[in-house]
Amino acid sequence: MGLALGTAAVVLIVLLWELALPTLRSTLASAREWWAQRRRASAPSGYDPGRERRAEQRARALLRSCVDRHDWELYRDLGFLRVWGGMGENGGGADASYAYLVYPHKPIVAYVCATGELLNEYCVAFPDETKPFGSARLPDSDDVLAKWMALRADERRLVGEANMHLPGRQVDPERVRRDLARLRRWEQERERVAARRAGTRGSAREPVAHASGRELPNVRTA
Amino acid sequence: MKPGHGEIVLAEGDVAVPEQERELIEAFRRELDAGMWAAVPTAAPGGRREAELVKSFDEVPRDAERVIFFPRAAGGAAAATR
Repeated sequence: MGLALGTAAVVLIVLLWELALPTLRSTLASAREWWAQRRRASAPSGYDPGRERRAEQRARALLRSCVDRHDWELYRDLGFLRVWGGMGENGGGADASYAYLVYPHKPIVAYVCATGELLNEYCVAFPDETKPFGSARLPDSDDVLAKWMALRADERRLVGEANMHLPGRQVDPERVRRDLARLRRWEQERERVAARRAGTRGSAREPVAHASGRELPNVRTA
Repeated sequence: MKPGHGEIVLAEGDVAVPEQERELIEAFRRELDAGMWAAVPTAAPGGRREAELVKSFDEVPRDAERVIFFPRAAGGAAAATR
């Protein structure tokens, strides 16, 4: 009797095991997949948090090696470049009638040098769609350098490639006016320091002239 | 210039050495074929820094120290974001 019951129990257990096995296998497979997905989601997936920073450092070094010392120090201190317009009268130099402010990853803003009046925004980007390092965006300083090179080398072509908008489309006009005021103060300070170094006392109290000899315009703040 | 990396040296050589010049020309063509723009930083009389866009290796001044490749300019985003 005992033997019969024992045999029946073993047979029952084996039958139940055979019936439950497929369900058990699929449940285990689902659980393994769930864990794998969770691991993938939480893993850093090769992301290097210092890469962007190192890229920017290299870009700054390259920019510094390409532009004038004045322009580099302007970018270092204020975060943008000024490029003299080359298509108007006296174009290309400090006597230009208009100029551009070049910001990283923002439109280029054209303004009238004499009045500070904002002219246009030129939206331009340098996307590398191959995304060699996971992004299509150049480092900030590379973006500024690319704009500077394109403006200096072929202003008409860059302006032609860009999307032109009225001021205020993407860059806050008040911010630009503040930046023009900062630029004016920055250049005045440099002039003062240069005058002090040259030992010309008193010249710092005179109206500060631009490097070109022209007095800097007042920037409209209205 | 490469996104996420910055400056990458693609090729180095002396244009006076034919073999090295060939390598420089190949690297130059490869980048232009990939849609990049090429610029040569220069110094104008008086020391002012300038840049020159070049479309062929022949346009690169023989005494140029480097050619910088960067992605072709395209019209930026039209969305108004401040």
